[in-house]
Amino acid sequence: MTPGGYAGKWLDVDLTKGSVEEFSFPYKTLEQFFGGRGIATKILWDRIGRKWSELDALDPENPLIFATGPMTGIYPGARICVSGKSPVSNGVVGSTAATELAVEIRTAGYDGVVFTGKSDKPVYFLVTDKGGELRDAGHLWGLDCEKTLIKLNKEVTDELRKRKPNIGLWKEPGTMYIGPAGENMVRNAAVCTKMCHAAGYGGYGSLMGSKNLKAVVAKGRGSLPKVDAPEASYLLWRKAHEGCINNTMFRRWGTGHLAYGAGADTSSEPIRNWQEEWHDQKQTGVPHYMDRFWVKVKWADFNCTTNCMKVSCIKTGPWKGDITDVPDYELQAYCGTNFGIFDPEDNVHMATLMDKLGHSGINGPNTMGYAAELYQRGILTEEDIGFKLEWGDTKAFDKLAHMMAYREGIGDVLAEGTYRAALKIAEMKGLKPEETLRYAIHVKGIEIGAHGTRSDKDYTHDISYAASVQGGDHTSNVTDGYSDMSDAVFQDSGVFCMFTARGPSQKLIFDFAKAITGFPITIESWRRETGPRIVTLQKALLLMGGPDVTWAPIKDDDNPPRFYEPLPSGPYKGQVTDRERVDIRIQAYFETLGWDERGIPTKETLDRLGLSDVEPLMKKYRR
Amino acid sequence: MPHYKSNIRILLVKKMVKPTWIARDQSACSGCRRCELACSMHHEGWMWPEASRVRIFMPFPGLEVVHLCSQCQDYPCVASCPVEALSTDPDTKAVIVDREKCISCGACIRACPGQVPFLHPGDNKATICDLCDGEPKCVEVCTEAGYNALTLTDEGSNIHRKLYSRHPVEVAKDLAVKLFGEKGEEVIE
Amino acid sequence: MVKPIWIARDPSACSGCRRCELACSMHHEDWMWPEASRIRVFMPFPGVEVPHLCAQCMDYPCVNACPVEALSTDPDTKAVIVDREKCISCGACIRACPGTVPYLHPGDNKATICDLCGGKPKCVEVCTEAGYNCLTVVNEDPNIHRKLYSRNPVEVAKDLAVKFFGEKGEEVIE
Repeated sequence: MTPGGYAGKWLDVDLTKGSVEEFSFPYKTLEQFFGGRGIATKILWDRIGRKWSELDALDPENPLIFATGPMTGIYPGARICVSGKSPVSNGVVGSTAATELAVEIRTAGYDGVVFTGKSDKPVYFLVTDKGGELRDAGHLWGLDCEKTLIKLNKEVTDELRKRKPNIGLWKEPGTMYIGPAGENMVRNAAVCTKMCHAAGYGGYGSLMGSKNLKAVVAKGRGSLPKVDAPEASYLLWRKAHEGCINNTMFRRWGTGHLAYGAGADTSSEPIRNWQEEWHDQKQTGVPHYMDRFWVKVKWADFNCTTNCMKVSCIKTGPWKGDITDVPDYELQAYCGTNFGIFDPEDNVHMATLMDKLGHSGINGPNTMGYAAELYQRGILTEEDIGFKLEWGDTKAFDKLAHMMAYREGIGDVLAEGTYRAALKIAEMKGLKPEETLRYAIHVKGIEIGAHGTRSDKDYTHDISYAASVQGGDHTSNVTDGYSDMSDAVFQDSGVFCMFTARGPSQKLIFDFAKAITGFPITIESWRRETGPRIVTLQKALLLMGGPDVTWAPIKDDDNPPRFYEPLPSGPYKGQVTDRERVDIRIQAYFETLGWDERGIPTKETLDRLGLSDVEPLMKKYRR
Repeated sequence: MPHYKSNIRILLVKKMVKPTWIARDQSACSGCRRCELACSMHHEGWMWPEASRVRIFMPFPGLEVVHLCSQCQDYPCVASCPVEALSTDPDTKAVIVDREKCISCGACIRACPGQVPFLHPGDNKATICDLCDGEPKCVEVCTEAGYNALTLTDEGSNIHRKLYSRHPVEVAKDLAVKLFGEKGEEVIE
Repeated sequence: MVKPIWIARDPSACSGCRRCELACSMHHEDWMWPEASRIRVFMPFPGVEVPHLCAQCMDYPCVNACPVEALSTDPDTKAVIVDREKCISCGACIRACPGTVPYLHPGDNKATICDLCGGKPKCVEVCTEAGYNCLTVVNEDPNIHRKLYSRNPVEVAKDLAVKFFGEKGEEVIE
């Protein structure tokens, strides 16, 4: 019996054999893991959990998962969750992106797709009401993301029309794809969609590239899955939107107002690889983007009325023709201030470049900024890089982005992500690892999002990243192991947008979840059970690491060294992340979740959450 | 009760539906598709975008196009139907499809300048906007969200309506140039 | 209790109708007097209309600049209030303002600055009525971003020009 909100079937694709099959989850599994991040973690445990430590993340056996949840498309702000064993952290990241693909997969009759194996030549996967099929992608391989999208829109719409003509116009399909970065297995590459969106954290672009899978495309003609309580769902749907429409700040400013605010207000913005976090550069404020670049101000994703996105277009000059989002704050920071670039036009260009190359707009630039600091300090030389890599030099960073996407020269080293590049460069230069790692800004390999912890004025603090099973992922921060369970963990499993989760009340959102699924779901049950179940399973897998990298309990549950260096400027000059608070609060977090003092889930906790079969693998981590 | 009094009562009670037309401002469409959800909620009882009478096309992100019936004054769709399954509502002027009579031949789709009608994903019958009897749900949610891409006007019918029945990809190509300049010519094949 | 308000502005949405100038001067001067309106619509090139009005910068540089303490702030609306008796028409507040918003009144030559109409700005009323939504009232606490909106209107217009006209936009305003 399928609960409300679910299409009821998944697609299982073996890329080695070229076979496509269907499967379903038992009711209880859906109730326990919900969807998105939750169900992806469960799939990974079931399929490769027992051999996790030995399995390399780029091995064909690592499943690449595209998962929706029961609320996708029904709750405002449809998103999809991409997951697998992360080639960056060797854990599990629920990496979400806003995309029409999420809705199209469901209206075609499926809740998600699992890809295993590796295709011997480039392919893309097409899902329709008739099921899933693999199609040749030789003519798409090598194209940047923008061109890939343009070609797929035409090709698939034409094909669908050919198969079923005379029913009227076929709309374009939903699509997700990789660019050159994913194709060349840049370890922290993204899976991209809708021109400027991406499932960025986790490096799943490299996993997708390793399988020779260029894109996932879907067009369904069915309704969204039926729900358990239709009348209540309708009313809650209308009510939810009142909250979204009234979110005037996001609507007017997008998330990009933070490019100025994170620098000037909260002193928490990455500047030149986090060497500083404060600035008062007024041209990074909204008006300079809005007045010159925003050609569409109320831009939505599926079923969204907050419209934080805007369409930016550069119409003149060397970057004429660049089209992207606001840019979102993270890219205003990482593709701007982090490079020492404070000019809006250059910032819009670098953001567009990340979109096109298929880099994660956060993780890729983190590594590039890291390289620039090493250059500043003379560890990397002009000879190593091939040119001068000065802060603020847009052309230089443009070039570096290309080199990293195509693994050329030093780009081949940087393409391994900040952490592994640091180790490699230490080796190259005959240095001790600490000497290069001290400048690397990551937690558990995952490069940190653009919200610092030293000023303590942003929403990220002491253990926000340090204790998180998703490391530096700024969208999945830790607070107390209780209230944070009903935030990101829930939205990533729902799967829906965290910004549309900010207008309506949390009570409404959970009532909506209950009306959709019929599960006896409450904020409390999510905080005490479902959320902890998902995060504890993620923690267990993260602990087991991989053949190349494993993270040490406590020692690696920490912030990067830079976050303990005093801020050099601004109103919070001299401040550091409070080490004592990190130590105390991390213990409280572990205790709340029922993990031991080293963060290892206890047997009691595993039993309570229905994860007893994980116990044999946890024994060896306990003291 | 005298007969004439009861007649007057009936006259006052009869609903006066003024002819309505949905004006569309393509640049203002956000792409949220709530119109598709509201339309299918009303006509189908649940969220079914592909059964919505108003359809949002997005040939390239940022170029969202609203596609719905324009109630052309000469109703080429009605004229083309071989089994007289299409007619027009005398009050709202909307096109009405008799799903019993419809034989799914597609003639109305071909006759429409913008190829607006489509065969329903469920019963395969011709599906065309009926203006929700004068209170279109799509306009309601578009207005509520403050986009004003769809607005109700009570202008009299005129020959200009047919001009709004355009192929959505052609509309998007125009929008592309307006929004992106020369680059706009490259983003849709 | 008047909640703090702020007038959000979207220059792309300005139609150039100048009813805001008329509504403002109707309210403050009792008749249509655009040059005495606290909100001024500039049009450095046709099609590129820019509404120019006080942004209530959080640090009120104009208030600080006044040598005779003629400027103060309203505790409820947070608007700048000019004491026309005290004002000596020196122009210090005009120079202090990042966007050169205040000006000397065409009648009495005193510094003239938007007072938010005590909480119910007339300009917003008529802009909303006309459906432009170029000016909208928001209930947000004051913050340092407001100062960013105090921009020279010709600079704004140059940006708008490029957004609208592409490369040609760089030629239409000198």
